[in-house]
Amino acid sequence: MFTRRALMLGAGQGVLLTGLAARMYYLQVMESDRYRVLADENRISHRLLPPPRGLITDRFGAPVAVNRQNYHIMIVREQAQDVRRTLEILDQIIELGPDTIERVERDVARRRSFVPVTVRDNLTWEEVARVGVNAPDLPGLIIDAGRSRDYPEGPHLAHTLGYVAAVSEKELTGDPLLELPGFRIGKNGIEKIYDLALRGSAGTSQVEVNALGRVIRELDREEGDSGSTVVMTLDLELQRYANQRLSRKESASAVVMDIHNGEVLAMASHPTYDPNAFTNGISHKLWNSLVNNEYSPLSNKAITGTYAPGSTFKMCVALAGLEAGVVTANQRFFCPGHLDLGNARFHCWKRGGHGWVDMHDSMKHSCDVYYYEISQKIGIDRIAAMANKLGLGELTGIDLPNERSGLIPTKDWKEIQLGKRWQGGETLISSIGQGYVLATPLQLATMVARIASGKAVKPHLTRDHVTPEGITSRQNEEFPELQVNRANLARIRDGMNGVTNELRGTAHRSRIDIKGMEMAGKTGTSQVRRITMRERQTTGVLDNDELPWKYRDHALFVAFAPVDNPRYACAVVVDHGGSGSGIAAPIARDILLKAQELKSARPGISAANIASTAELLHPALRDRDEEEG
Amino acid sequence: MASRRYRIGEDPDYVPIGRRLLMLNWTLVMLIAALAGIGFAMLYSAANGSFEPWAERQMMRFAVGAALMIVIAVTDIRVWLKLAYFSYFVALILLIGVEIKGDIGMGAQRWINLGFFQLQPSELMKISLVLALARYFHGLTVEETGRIPLLVPPLLMVLAPAALVLRQPDLGTALLLMAGGGVIFWLAGVRVWKFALILGAALAIIPIGWQFLRDYQKNRVLTFLNPENDPLGAGYHITQSKIALGSGGLFGKGYMLGSQSHLNFLPEKQTDFIFTMLGEEFGLVGGLALLLLYTMVIMYGYVIALRCRNQFGRLVAIGITSTFFLYVFINIAMVMGLIPVVGVPLPLVSYGGTVMMTILVSFGLLMSVSIHRDIRISRQGNDDGRQ
Repeated sequence: MFTRRALMLGAGQGVLLTGLAARMYYLQVMESDRYRVLADENRISHRLLPPPRGLITDRFGAPVAVNRQNYHIMIVREQAQDVRRTLEILDQIIELGPDTIERVERDVARRRSFVPVTVRDNLTWEEVARVGVNAPDLPGLIIDAGRSRDYPEGPHLAHTLGYVAAVSEKELTGDPLLELPGFRIGKNGIEKIYDLALRGSAGTSQVEVNALGRVIRELDREEGDSGSTVVMTLDLELQRYANQRLSRKESASAVVMDIHNGEVLAMASHPTYDPNAFTNGISHKLWNSLVNNEYSPLSNKAITGTYAPGSTFKMCVALAGLEAGVVTANQRFFCPGHLDLGNARFHCWKRGGHGWVDMHDSMKHSCDVYYYEISQKIGIDRIAAMANKLGLGELTGIDLPNERSGLIPTKDWKEIQLGKRWQGGETLISSIGQGYVLATPLQLATMVARIASGKAVKPHLTRDHVTPEGITSRQNEEFPELQVNRANLARIRDGMNGVTNELRGTAHRSRIDIKGMEMAGKTGTSQVRRITMRERQTTGVLDNDELPWKYRDHALFVAFAPVDNPRYACAVVVDHGGSGSGIAAPIARDILLKAQELKSARPGISAANIASTAELLHPALRDRDEEEG
Repeated sequence: MASRRYRIGEDPDYVPIGRRLLMLNWTLVMLIAALAGIGFAMLYSAANGSFEPWAERQMMRFAVGAALMIVIAVTDIRVWLKLAYFSYFVALILLIGVEIKGDIGMGAQRWINLGFFQLQPSELMKISLVLALARYFHGLTVEETGRIPLLVPPLLMVLAPAALVLRQPDLGTALLLMAGGGVIFWLAGVRVWKFALILGAALAIIPIGWQFLRDYQKNRVLTFLNPENDPLGAGYHITQSKIALGSGGLFGKGYMLGSQSHLNFLPEKQTDFIFTMLGEEFGLVGGLALLLLYTMVIMYGYVIALRCRNQFGRLVAIGITSTFFLYVFINIAMVMGLIPVVGVPLPLVSYGGTVMMTILVSFGLLMSVSIHRDIRISRQGNDDGRQ
C-alpha cells in the first residue's frame, strides 16, 4: 500500500510540476510580446527636450529677443556627503544667505537622494568660474546651463515685443511642453501673438529609469526644431530715437509707418518697462509699482490708448464733405468765433474768429466753425463712413494683442448703445474730433498713411506672415485703392502742407526746413474735461498750467513726409501734454526727420540682407555666449 | 524473538563510517550543489555583479550547511528516530517562545534572537514535525492506523504548531506544515474518506470562524485571496513578476541584463522572487532547466523512500521530499501568479540562512534514510528491529 500511495503522490506532484511548466510556457512564449511591451513601459521614460525659442530681430536683423545661457547651480544629496557643510562652503564663495540654505535643506530632505535641487539661478559668469575652481571642496554640486529669454534692448521695445513668463494653469492646452517646469511662453506683444511659431517643436529623450524614477542612461535622443526667427519691421535705431524723444514727457506715444507697405518702423509708448524682469518671475513689489503707476507703463498706448482725436479729425470731415459734394475746396464760410445751434453756442478755439476761411485755411488755422458748417450739411453718418474708410473706428488688425478699436459714433450706434436720439450739436462737436469720437495713435497714423497714399494701407509689425506652419513673405503685397477721388485727397494734403509749411500755419514753427524732407501735418489739442459756460464767463477758459495733470488737454500731431513724394506717416500723442502745435508737433517733426535721415544714411534693406543676418545670428550668438561662458 | 541489546561494535547492521561515506548519494549531493550554484549566480546578478551582499554569505552558509548535511547523513537513522519527539517538543516550545517574546520582522513575529543567530523556530518545526509524525506512525500497525482515536494525537501534533505559526502570521509555513503532515497521514495508510471528512469539516468551519474575525483580519484574508485588490502591495509584486517572466521570453534577456530585476521593478528579487529573475534573464529554457533539476531531486527522494525497508525512514523520506516539493511548487506558482502571494522561498536558490540550513539538514536526514535503508527497526523504536 505504501508503494501504491507513494506513486500516486508522486504522480500528483508530477502533474503539478507539469502545470508549472505549462504556465511558464504561457507567460514566456504565448504572452511574451505583451509583457515585453509592459517591461519597456516600465523601464523607458520619455522626456521632452524644450526647443530653443525663436529669435526676434529688427528689420535689419539686429537681435532684439535672444536666448541667453543661464547658469544655475544644483545639489545632489547622495553625492554631497554633508549637504549643510557643502552649502556653507558655497555660501563663502557666492553669497547664498541663510534663507536660501534653509530652503535648499528643506527641498533636499523632501526629494529622493539622487534628485538635484536648484540652489541658485542666474549665476554670473564670474560666479560660475569661482564655483568651478572650488569644485573639489564642493561634492554634490552641479553647474547646469539652461536658456533664458533675454531682451538686449531692455525697455526700448517692451511694448511691441512683450515678454515671456511661466505658464499659468489657465494656459495649459494639453501641449506637454507647457507642463515642463521652467518653460516660458509669450505673454504679450510679438512674443504672445507669434508664440506658437516662436516656440518650435519639442524633442524627446528616451531614458532608462529604475523603479524609483532614477535615470540610469539615455537610450535615444531626438532634437526638436527650434522656433522660427521673427523679423520685425521696426527700425531699432528709429525706435530708440522715438523712445528717447518721448522720454521727456510723463506719458506719450508715437507711431511711424511706411505708407506704401504698412510696415511700422517705430512704435513707442512712454513710460516703459524692462521685459527682462518678467522672464524669471517678476517680484510683487515691482509688479505693483508698474500696475499702480499713474502713467500706466505696462500698456502700449499706441494701440490701447484711445483719445479724442481733436482737430486731427478734421481731415476726415473735410474729405467727407468733398466726396459728398456738399462743399468745394474754394467755398468759404465765415467764422465769427462761434456758431449757434438752437439755444446752444459752439465756440471756435479762436475767440475772435477767423473771418472768411476756405478749406485750405481752415486746416492751416484749424478753424472749428468751418467744420461745424460742413458737418451740418453732411451729417454724422457720412462723416463716420469716411472715418471708417480711413481706418478709424475699427481695429487696424496689427499683429499685436489687445489692440483697441476706438469709436466713431453714428446715429444708429447712439440709439443702440445709449438708447437716445442723436442730437444735432453732437454732429458739431464730433466734427472737431471731440464728443464720442475716439481713436488710437496707430489709427491716426494709418489715417494719414491712407490720405498720403490713397490706398487702404494696413499696418503690421513683421516683415513676413508668421504662422506655426511656416513663414510667407508679405513682399509685393498690394493694398486696394481707397475709392476716394485722388484730387480730393490732394486737396487735403495741400491743407496739411499749409499747417506746417506756410507762415501762420498752426505748426509752422515745427516745419522741416530741409529741401526734399518737408513734412505736412495736422495739429490737434483735445479737451478731456468739459468747459462750462460758467468757466468761460468767470475765470475764462483755464490754461493747462492751472489744471491738475489729468485734466489737461491731450496734445496730438499727425504728419507725413516728404511732402512731394510721401513715404512716412507719423502720429504723436502726448497725454495731457497741452497743445498739439506746441508739444506734439516738434516731436513728430524730429522723428520724421530722423526717419528720413536714417533712410539716406543706410542702404535699403533687401531680403537677402535679412536672411543672411538671421542665419548668422545663431552661431554669432553662440560665440558670444562661449566667450562669456 | 528475544530482544537483545547490541553494543555498537556488535550491531549486525553496523556499517563503518568510511563505507557510509561511500554509500552517500553523491548524485543527489551534486544535484543540490548545482541548485545552490544557480542560486549563487543569481544572487551575484541580483547585486549587479557583486558577491556583496548576498552571494558570498550564501556560499558560506551553503558550505557550513553541506558539511552539516553530510554529518547528519552518516549518523545512524536510529539516532534520529530517538530524537524525533524530543526535537518536536523543543521546536514547539520555541514556537510558543516566539509567541510570547519574538522579534518582529517583516510585519510578522518569526524570530528568536539568540544574539549570534536569528533562530526561526517554524523552520525547525518543519523538520521536527516530519520526524515526530514518522516516529508516531512507525509505531502503529496498519490496523491501528485505521482506528480514529489513535489519529487524534498526530492530528494535534500537526494542528498545534500550524496554529502557532498562523498567529505569527505566516500562512506559507502553516500551509507547508499541514500539507507535509497530510502527506505522512496519507502514506501511513489513513483512509481516503477520513481526509474527505477533515477537509469537509474545515470547509464547514470557515463561514463560522469568519464571523469571529476582526475587520482587519478579514481584509488581510481578502487581499490574500485577491491580490488585485491591493495593486501597490501584493498585487504590485505579482504584476511586476509576471512582466519580468513574460518579457524574458524563450531565451531570456541574458545574464545580468534583466531590466525588471536590475531596475528594481521586481521587489525582493534575491529572496521570494529569485525565480522570476532567473526566468527574466534565462527565459523559458532557463526556467525549465531549473524545474528539471528540482524534479530530479524529488524523484531521487521517491527512489530513496521506495527502497527503504523501515517505515520510519520511508515516512521521513516522503515527508521531506514532499515538503521540498511544496516549497518549489508554492514559490514558483506564486511568482507566476497561479496562487496568492505567500512567503515561501525557492529552496537552495533564494537568499536566506535559516531556510538553507533547514533544507540541507532535511537532505541530510533523507540521505541518512538512504544509507540506512536496510536497517530494520522495531515498532517501539528499538534497534533490535527484527520482528
